[in-house]
Amino acid sequence: MMRRWMVAAVAVSLVLTACGREVGGDDPAAGDDTGSEDTTDDGEDGAASGVSCEVDEIDGDLLLYNWSEYMNPELIDLFEETYDVSVTEDFYTSNEALLAQIRAGGADFDVIVPSDYMVEIMIDEGILLELDQDAIPNSANVDELFATPPYDPDLAFSMPYQWGTTGIGLDLEAIGDDDPAASWAWLFDPDVAGALPGPVSILDDPREGMAAALYWLGYDPNTTDEGELEEAADVIAQARDWTATYTSDQYSELLLTGETVAGHGYSGNFIDNFFGADDPDRYTYIIPEEGATIWTDNMAILQGASSPCTAHTFINFILDAENGAELTNWTYYASPNAAASEFIDEEITGDPTIYPSEEVEANLFFLENTGEAEILFTDLFTRAQG
Amino acid sequence: MANEPATVEALEPPDLDGKPPQHVAVAGLEHDAEKAESRRGFLIGLPSYVYLVLFFALPLAIVVVYSFATRSASGLTVLGDWNLRSYGRLTDDLVLLITWRSFWIATVTTVICLVIAYPFAYYIATRAPRVRALLLVLVMIPFWSNFLVRTYAWRLLLSTDGPFVRILEFIGFSDVRLLFTPTAVTLGLVYGYLPFMILPLYASLERLDHSLVEAARDLYASGWEAFRRVTWPLSRPGVIAGSILVFIPSFGAYVTPEILGGTGTTMLGSYIQRQFVGTASDWPFGSALSVTILFVMMIAATFYFRSGGKDL
Repeated sequence: MMRRWMVAAVAVSLVLTACGREVGGDDPAAGDDTGSEDTTDDGEDGAASGVSCEVDEIDGDLLLYNWSEYMNPELIDLFEETYDVSVTEDFYTSNEALLAQIRAGGADFDVIVPSDYMVEIMIDEGILLELDQDAIPNSANVDELFATPPYDPDLAFSMPYQWGTTGIGLDLEAIGDDDPAASWAWLFDPDVAGALPGPVSILDDPREGMAAALYWLGYDPNTTDEGELEEAADVIAQARDWTATYTSDQYSELLLTGETVAGHGYSGNFIDNFFGADDPDRYTYIIPEEGATIWTDNMAILQGASSPCTAHTFINFILDAENGAELTNWTYYASPNAAASEFIDEEITGDPTIYPSEEVEANLFFLENTGEAEILFTDLFTRAQG
Repeated sequence: MANEPATVEALEPPDLDGKPPQHVAVAGLEHDAEKAESRRGFLIGLPSYVYLVLFFALPLAIVVVYSFATRSASGLTVLGDWNLRSYGRLTDDLVLLITWRSFWIATVTTVICLVIAYPFAYYIATRAPRVRALLLVLVMIPFWSNFLVRTYAWRLLLSTDGPFVRILEFIGFSDVRLLFTPTAVTLGLVYGYLPFMILPLYASLERLDHSLVEAARDLYASGWEAFRRVTWPLSRPGVIAGSILVFIPSFGAYVTPEILGGTGTTMLGSYIQRQFVGTASDWPFGSALSVTILFVMMIAATFYFRSGGKDL
């Protein structure tokens, strides 16, 4: 008995001493965080953090950290030949995993490819190197749709890589409609979604899930109005009757295995999976006309990269018109490179699910960081899920 | 090390040749021996202490500290401006709802595990030793493969054209949906944690002296009476250990509800995860939830163990 109390006492005193040190600011964890706070300020001032590179300057081999199946290997070969450097590519599976690895100091990479909202977080945390715009003349090729994104308004820290939308994947045979309306009704209208022969799935992401309901109600997906958000949560809660589950990584599989007949998800993942299905024509992806989310993945350079100038050269290389087209011809994702359009296969540019019409494009929205309201989004969405 | 020889002497039976014991000297030697013994014990235990401090006490301390921190507007955790705001949110309706659901699902899981495991453990404990060993290996075989993979296998088993639904429809139920329901989550948890109930139950039932049950029967106790008055009380330590081993991980389950759950199945594990990963990025609140659950669990487990008697 005595022994047990002693162990407890040791544990408690450890916790206490740790707390004491923490307040004093000596604790390594505390030190780290205050450190990144400081760099945030530097980053925003843009003073000391940038580097200066010449166009096409090479200062070492390139370490590229990217999503898998997201880079045309021939482009890597071409870059290596042209600049006589070696490129090592490694892969990650989620923005959160990428951030966690960088925070822990275990990511010794030059170029990373985070999504829009993660770019903003990384800028805030002071993780990204401010780009030397003079070293990236091809940034003039970036489509105006992506020239002033809310997450990095001046493209000071990132350059768009590929983009897509968040919409709905449909099993045409199950819904018995060859030309389905482009509407969120497939997920939320009791008369449409409620009457489907099978259930639907919704993204397990508070921002994307709530945005879908907000589009359906005709509201701004970045609203912080509590009344509107609660209405959106009610829409999702009502849809529970015909919702199978909330998932961010299995929506295509569920649709292809017949577990669901409609799914909320990202364009690229649906299109990839439909392509590999037994009967690709059975499925389609729609971008709802009420409004939909547009997302980008972006090239950025890490603070402390060992070859920052090679990294600039690489970004400039990808933003070249023909190289940008080669990338899209391989990935089947849309290119943010306006100059590349003429070199992209017509099969891709003519596909409205990859390259939406101008009307649809006008109705696409970036999800912006809403600050404190993110907590409201998360709690309302969690409550709506039941 | 100077008293090492003294220790060795003290451990040997004192050569007293029937003389009256020299109390003072022997007491002194015994004292030295005890001290050396406890130092050796500490050295043997040292790796475990280091392990506990490094991988339990320190991380826990960091979680505790974070629970008093502040979430900045952009979603960063600011260490400073210490406050209790995160703890204030613990009584939100949503937190209470999810806690209640986790409690309920964990309780149902524990009871089902107990009902299945008790007769099974009793059966194993009463077999011949060789059969016993074989059956125990069978209980542990699932551990040889990854829990995540096995949970995904359940997804296939419970899917709309999977065997379970087919059988239910064959029996006459129509329009059955198992996957993504609370039933599926409970089933997955029972499957995952059943061995944790069987093993401690087996341990206490195997130790049980069957002549006591025979004695009860000799004294005209019915089978049920003998079980209620003899077997059950003697196996209670196993019941309590098994219940705790099943209840606690079920209460904080994350993988199972994420994979097998759908609507109306959010449990505490997923809610906490959502505070750390994703846009809410409210680490102080996630930490406060974790700390509170940990302390409530520790207190509850202490009471539960106490009520189980001193045998543990």
